[in-house]
Amino acid sequence: MKRDPKDLVRYTAQERLNHWVVGMSFILLALSGLALFHPAFWPLTQLFGGGTWTRILHPFVGVLMALSFLGMVLRFWRLNVITPTDKQWLHRVREMVDGDDHNMPEAGKYNGGQKLLFWLLAGCMVLLAVSGVVMWRTYFGFPVGMVRLASMLHAATAALMIGLIIVHVYAAILVKGTIRAMWYGTVTRPWAKQHHPAWFRETTGRK
Amino acid sequence: MALQSLDIQRRSATTTPSPGARTTTEVAKLIDISKCIGCKACQVACMEWNDLRGDVGTNVGVYDNPSDLTENAWTVMRFAEVEVEQGKLEWLIRKDGCMHCADPGCLKACPAPGAIVQYSNGIVDFHEENCIGCGYCITGCPFNVPRLSKKDGKAYKCTLCSDRVSVGLEPACVKTCPTGAIVFGAKEDMFEHAEERIVDLKERGYKNAGLYDPAGVGGTHVMYVLQHADKPELYSGLPNNPSISPLVSVWKGVTKPLATAVMALVAFAGLFHFVAKGPNEVSREIEKEFEE
Repeated sequence: MKRDPKDLVRYTAQERLNHWVVGMSFILLALSGLALFHPAFWPLTQLFGGGTWTRILHPFVGVLMALSFLGMVLRFWRLNVITPTDKQWLHRVREMVDGDDHNMPEAGKYNGGQKLLFWLLAGCMVLLAVSGVVMWRTYFGFPVGMVRLASMLHAATAALMIGLIIVHVYAAILVKGTIRAMWYGTVTRPWAKQHHPAWFRETTGRK
Repeated sequence: MALQSLDIQRRSATTTPSPGARTTTEVAKLIDISKCIGCKACQVACMEWNDLRGDVGTNVGVYDNPSDLTENAWTVMRFAEVEVEQGKLEWLIRKDGCMHCADPGCLKACPAPGAIVQYSNGIVDFHEENCIGCGYCITGCPFNVPRLSKKDGKAYKCTLCSDRVSVGLEPACVKTCPTGAIVFGAKEDMFEHAEERIVDLKERGYKNAGLYDPAGVGGTHVMYVLQHADKPELYSGLPNNPSISPLVSVWKGVTKPLATAVMALVAFAGLFHFVAKGPNEVSREIEKEFEE
């Protein structure tokens, strides 16, 4: 990896670390959760030392994810406040999907799609954490009606969140030069100018 | 419990047929509440046969002892003093425990393959060696029956003495009942027996006497003869028309294939989008601006 001193810093080491704690716990939760969701995914319990271990570990990893996700929200929520420009961006998302983001409304550090995803994920996280606690029979004894509702919500929300994360990961793969931002924390200037022009101006003072 | 069974009708979290070469007669236990004297011999027989001992509890002011089902108490007598009509007090004693539903909510909810099975004779059995201790069976049960053990984290409930029944014996509680309030046999025969009892009860003034074999769960393999079949709630909250909660049905029904399909679709959409549209790279013009 050649490091150009002109590269722009997009994420600090702490931010990246926080992101990867969330990311790793998400992967563990998705695998163990799917294992308990549908018999087709049951073999995934082997990754965790069997069914019982899967059941024991899943909620603890959930606590880790909820807490580290909270850290992400505290760090980034201000940057994800949706502005009128973001709404325009979202209205014209078709162009982006079509593979050309040159004429899209100017994005700051995050574009409208990223911001929407941020809030959707945060919403999912809240629902999953709350319903997860209600389902955690080892330590809690909620009324069965609540547990039933929580179980349904937990499964549906988790599926939605997995879908959103696939979109999140795919967007990072699609837009070349993005993933390095989460590895080393920097992006190139051309990358910033094309994909996040407003942020580019803000950080460099250049047009 | 771990004996090989070739008469399995349904198996939890399993999408292929279960070993079912052998078909057995559908059985049922019939509990005639009008004949029960609340002696708890059935509780003792259950503990004895299954070799279970609960902790010594405390007196909660009523006859119920233990006061609830536990991982070691698979059946309990529930005592209800009910004034069925002005000035007519009745002592309704119900032997509570697993109802062995034809459509078992526990089995439907269970995520562990083979932890819950239903034999062709209708008995719903937990195979604790496959149980992971999630408690979904409790979430699925319309009768609030399974209990998680604090000792080993597994779920336990009445087996309808599947071990005894498989070798032609009647369940331990039936064997011991001194008044003949509990009988056991082919479900068809139990219908006949119940009919006779209901006729008798009606003759003696219980005009609403009837059989409790709730259709909402496809019928049960533990049935009650109730003096007041129109009001099962009188019997310590026996549910009137129980069924698997719609939330559980959605969770374990449509959500499973639908959510799986949606997740797969999103993943494939990404793959095909990449193939169709290719990566979104920085344009040559912008790149040139930064070349010195």
